Amino acid sequence: MSGWIIKGLKSGVVSTHYPDGGENAQGVSPGLPSPAGGVGVDTPIGRCPTSALKAKDGGAALDKFRCVHCHRCDRNVEPTIPWDSSYEWAEKRGKTPELPKAFQRSTHIRVLDAGDCGACLNEMKLLNNPFYNMHRLGFFITPTPRQADLLVVLGPVADHMKTALLKAYEAMPAPKKVMSVGTCSATGGVFEDGFMTSTKLEDIIPVDVVVPGCPPPPLAILHGLLLVTGREDEIRSDATARPAADSSGKEAGDA
Amino acid sequence: MSDDMMEQIKKLCPKTRVKTDKRSGDVEFLCDRASTPRVCQCLAEDHDFQFAGLVVEERKEWELNYIFSGVTPNGRAVVKTKAPLDDREFESVSVLVHAADWHEREAEDLFGLVFKGHPRLGDFILHDDVWQEGVEPMRRAFKPETALSSREPRDGWRPRKIVDVPGGFIMPIGPVFSGDAESVHFQLETIGEEVMYAFPRLFFKYRGVEKIVEGRSAEDALLLVERFAGTTAFSHALAFSMAVERLAKADIPERAKFLRVFLAELERFRSHLSTINAICASTGLAVGASQTAILEEKALRISGALTGHRYLFGLAALGGLTRDFDKIALHTALDGVADVLDEAGRVENLLVNTSSFLDRLEEVGAIERDQAVLHGLVGPVARASGYLRDLRETQPYAAYDKCGFKSVGEVEGDGYARLRVLFREIERSVEMMKRVVAELPDGPCYSPVSFAKGAAFAGVETPRGAAWHWVRMDKNGKIERCRLATPSFTNWHGFHLAAENFAFQDFPIILATFGLSVAENDR
Ligand code: SF4
Repeated sequence: MSGWIIKGLKSGVVSTHYPDGGENAQGVSPGLPSPAGGVGVDTPIGRCPTSALKAKDGGAALDKFRCVHCHRCDRNVEPTIPWDSSYEWAEKRGKTPELPKAFQRSTHIRVLDAGDCGACLNEMKLLNNPFYNMHRLGFFITPTPRQADLLVVLGPVADHMKTALLKAYEAMPAPKKVMSVGTCSATGGVFEDGFMTSTKLEDIIPVDVVVPGCPPPPLAILHGLLLVTGREDEIRSDATARPAADSSGKEAGDA
Repeated sequence: MSDDMMEQIKKLCPKTRVKTDKRSGDVEFLCDRASTPRVCQCLAEDHDFQFAGLVVEERKEWELNYIFSGVTPNGRAVVKTKAPLDDREFESVSVLVHAADWHEREAEDLFGLVFKGHPRLGDFILHDDVWQEGVEPMRRAFKPETALSSREPRDGWRPRKIVDVPGGFIMPIGPVFSGDAESVHFQLETIGEEVMYAFPRLFFKYRGVEKIVEGRSAEDALLLVERFAGTTAFSHALAFSMAVERLAKADIPERAKFLRVFLAELERFRSHLSTINAICASTGLAVGASQTAILEEKALRISGALTGHRYLFGLAALGGLTRDFDKIALHTALDGVADVLDEAGRVENLLVNTSSFLDRLEEVGAIERDQAVLHGLVGPVARASGYLRDLRETQPYAAYDKCGFKSVGEVEGDGYARLRVLFREIERSVEMMKRVVAELPDGPCYSPVSFAKGAAFAGVETPRGAAWHWVRMDKNGKIERCRLATPSFTNWHGFHLAAENFAFQDFPIILATFGLSVAENDR
């Protein structure tokens, strides 16, 4: 047993500084296209399969709730849309009152997989790991909706999951909050035209915060958790300033 | 294909028409309906073929393709049978080849076919309490955009009761259960502490991917094929790309083949670490769980830093890869995974010396080899039971033949054997990645594919086992039929083997050592 203690101690503190500061480690986020300005970008706009990129003022604009990080706008296309390495993507939606102060610092979450591909759920699971350690910020996963303050829904809400979703939502005591995680539950994502799925979670139950991403990395979900519990003032402003990264790599044709 | 096999099949079905594809060596046996089950049985029992999947196509006639995978590089066989569209009755193959069981249930549910002699049909993929009776979504006539009248959930489904002993009852679990589990329902038949059987009820997450991609271009379909099972996205995108490339008779640049091996092994490395983490967590070993979670996150960051996506989305392309990687980036990634592997080795050392941990895995959820064969199990689960099938070895694709891959296995078939297979396989994965970096040829990693009409299929050894993708394209380059036979579908079918007569508290452990994905099964 002592081996485990030594192993644990050796690992030291690996937790991210976020939200006390930005997280600059490589590979924590896929980033998003950030088509600021730019002219003559019709070709990459035309290649976007989910209409996340739209023409605007002669350039392009991104609807981040539709982007699935497919990189068709910056690989093997001319010109390319530049990408950033951001992760603070969550946005508030509902006008439901803030959770009472007591719940803000200790929030119990029921995670509900409504048909996700496994990636969103895995990123959610990883919030428990020592790198992100959401416990330090007072977020706990609970198995029962009856003890949950917050419902986190992932996936495009498959028809077969609708009953379970509604039952879980109804079983939660008030005041309750709902957060939608991932592009699928935000806009349907790649399942938008599906016949066995709902287009978005907001059509079914009231949603307070939407976190886009395919999948949103743990930090993006953490950002959403801080928003949904009314704790955005804990995010230090320098946490958001991050440099742009080159995620496009070389063109596949050269090398 | 051996001569005596041909002879045997001719005897079983004298009218069999045999077609051999020169390029791939695949053999097709066109049989009549009555003898199809016997021909399938002959392949499975006498010639060591493994049932890989059933592909139903509604064309001018019904066409049923039972796909089999053998042990030689040219070891793919298809037993095909046809019937007029107004006649939906077939002899059930699963009576003789049990591995085909769920494939026929699925075809009954989604196409409305009847399999005579099949012991259990009905509520399977389409749940009776949600879906409208008599509507078959995979039929040509069903249009996805048509709104269905009964999309509102209603009450209706009730669990079957089988246990017939005093005090016996069924304990339902799910679909929403545990902290962060995927949605699936279980019925545990129990008399208290002891559970006699555990049956999964799946397809809560059925999203109809195979139907949605119909009528789309292969490139658009790729987006969905990559995103229906996100934890093994690259492997599925690869299988789909390979099927399309085979159809187009396209030659893929050598560099792309090697890099595909690199990425597929990186995915396996990360996926196996995730399963190992789940096993530690299921036994309540907190330090082990957090230590392995650190390793999983490191593997994700290495993937993200190298490719731009933590789960390797957006990399596979029809004709190669969407991007190349330079030497420095590949070496950095390789150094990273080698460090993680060292760490994993140290963690394994601690695990095998923690008796409280081993006690919970040894002899738990054991599956005998002959049961694994009967159910056609795949992946680490099968290999832990001594059923050593690995497509990277039996039917090498991409550059596996040049990387000298050798499969690993164990014999006990219990939870501990499955854990050891996972550890051995991540070692192999890093070896493969090293080979790729050492031998990577120069040149492009993409060459455009000109689409061809017709059908083709390809198999890939995904982290959870063999996946088979079947693609038929029409003359406009649109998908006419796409079939995704996944390892989770195959192995969920055998899950009950590991979940018989066990103590209730072992259930999460058995689940974790199976390492299955519900999304990959449900599609
Ligand atoms: S990554 Fe794909 S989905 Fe996102 S904007 Fe670019 S093309 Fe559109």
